[in-house]
Amino acid sequence: MATVEQIDREAALAQEQGHRRRDFINIAAVAFAGVGGAAFVYPLVSQMAPAADTLALASTEIDLAGIEPGQSIKAIYRKQPLFVRHLTPQEIAAANSVPADSLRDPETLEARTKPGKSQWLVTLGVCTHLGCVPLGAAEGENKGEFGGYFCPCHGSHYDTAGRIRKGPAPANLEVPDYVFRSDTVIEVGAAA
Amino acid sequence: MSFPWANHYQPKNPFMKYLDERLPLPRLVYNAIGGGYPVPRNLNYLWNFGVLAGLALVIQIVTGVVLAMHYAANGAVAFGSIERIMRDVNWGWMLRYMHANGASFFFIVVYIHIFRGLYYGSYKQPREMVWILGIVIFLLMMATAFMGYVLPWGQMSFWGAKVITGLFGAIPLVGEGLQTWLLGGFAPDNAALNRFFSLHYLLPFVIAGVVMLKIWALHIPGSSNPTGVDVKGPQDTVPFHPYYTAKDGFGIGVFLILFTFMVFFAPNYLGHPDNYIEANPLSTPAHIVPEWYFWPFYAILRAFTVDFILPAKLWGVIAMFASILLLFFLTWIDRSPVRSTSYRPLYKWFFWLLVLDILVLGYCGGAPAEEPFVIISQIASIYYFAHFLVILPIVSAIERPKPLPNSISESVLHGEERESAPLGAGGTFGKPQPAE
Repeated sequence: MATVEQIDREAALAQEQGHRRRDFINIAAVAFAGVGGAAFVYPLVSQMAPAADTLALASTEIDLAGIEPGQSIKAIYRKQPLFVRHLTPQEIAAANSVPADSLRDPETLEARTKPGKSQWLVTLGVCTHLGCVPLGAAEGENKGEFGGYFCPCHGSHYDTAGRIRKGPAPANLEVPDYVFRSDTVIEVGAAA
Repeated sequence: MSFPWANHYQPKNPFMKYLDERLPLPRLVYNAIGGGYPVPRNLNYLWNFGVLAGLALVIQIVTGVVLAMHYAANGAVAFGSIERIMRDVNWGWMLRYMHANGASFFFIVVYIHIFRGLYYGSYKQPREMVWILGIVIFLLMMATAFMGYVLPWGQMSFWGAKVITGLFGAIPLVGEGLQTWLLGGFAPDNAALNRFFSLHYLLPFVIAGVVMLKIWALHIPGSSNPTGVDVKGPQDTVPFHPYYTAKDGFGIGVFLILFTFMVFFAPNYLGHPDNYIEANPLSTPAHIVPEWYFWPFYAILRAFTVDFILPAKLWGVIAMFASILLLFFLTWIDRSPVRSTSYRPLYKWFFWLLVLDILVLGYCGGAPAEEPFVIISQIASIYYFAHFLVILPIVSAIERPKPLPNSISESVLHGEERESAPLGAGGTFGKPQPAE
């Protein structure tokens, strides 16, 4: 026998038809929990990115005062080798004598150095082939066929502007962002 | 799974059918925590705490795995690596505070879960194995929490490691050698720190394994309920999903609100400031206490001050371990066939006395080892053991329990069939329940 409450209930159900208030609450609650859960994923992913102390070492100052023409030094920039080379006039001439268009990765020495400072070639010491450290920065090392750098791993030859000339590497040695803080100090990692 | 009227998993999507015939993982989940698990319809909010404990374990494992990506288990750099996590690692402060407070919340949840089991007789047959596996998890949790507390290599870490491994040094004949072996040296150092880190990473997964055994064991008799009366028919149960997923979902919301409040507004409230001082083997902190969740056991450990046949130090260690090991035998100590304390007028008093006693022990464990706390913890320790070894057997023998309801549905819904039916099949809707 139907009681008064039951009749009210059937009526209430009929009124709400397809979408009941409970469906709305259900979807809203689950969606809210989903957004909350997804928000928690962000810190879990972000924690693997470089930490503040790692980023604090992202730029390095280098003093150029002691580097004579023809010499180069190896420094460390973002835990990777950095070559700073004081080019001789002959090396600059050798680099400029090659038409850039004829190269695998066309770039002029001018474009790879700072205006008026074309004797300072600053590149990463990381071969663009598979990441070995090329020879040629230290005294007596093999500088390759073009007098620049030579990667002993797979035989890539770089010229005096650090451009790839022969061998498997696809691109020139990377020139990092750097600025001259004075005539003899550069800050590597700082954008101009 | 546990009752013949349980819903059967019936995949509709062709891919789910394909999967079900080859790897019936969705079926397992459906039968474990889905619509295929019939649960007594009268569970109260105390039954949320099993799921909450599972959530706490997941939070600990997720944040712990992430913290391990930045932590270094070497005495020279461990303390510094924690500071680096706090200051330099992206969100490191939040992840570490979640992990530290997560441990406390895990214990809060588990303690409520244990007292729920004590009150409603969840340790009685046919759920003895569920209870015993729960105590195993509790012991594993204590070991994991202790070793985790050592990892920051602060003053409390170091001296905690020294004191707790010193417990094993109390064992006659082999004790000293055992302590040296546990530490891999004569005092906590790199060797101890490394093995604690290794085990601290391992044990949570062992806990997860035992949790699965526990859920497996639970699903054979099915969940207990506040009346303690066995499920008699389909009218006594509702499917776990959506009824208890919704109820647990609400509990999870409350849990997370409290948890995030502590993480963001009082992250060090439950910790000890001395642990922000780097470990120093030459100086003990003036007042050395474990984390709050060990206080009752610490009070029992310190309650023995006089040699009696055996040295006092050994008595303390025996009593502390016995206080937990006793719980393994609870099923056979409490012979009363009535599960729920609601129907045990005499035992009810002693249950609440035990709760009070453990709170007193907890307070004394956190207080300095001086009078009046020593004598209070001695009396409270005696009462703790008296409860289980003397009071409980006597009470269960002489007590006249109140009459039990005939069934779960009768106790809750007075047997009105239409009223007890799920939504859409009759009953009251949109109207307040008439007062009975």
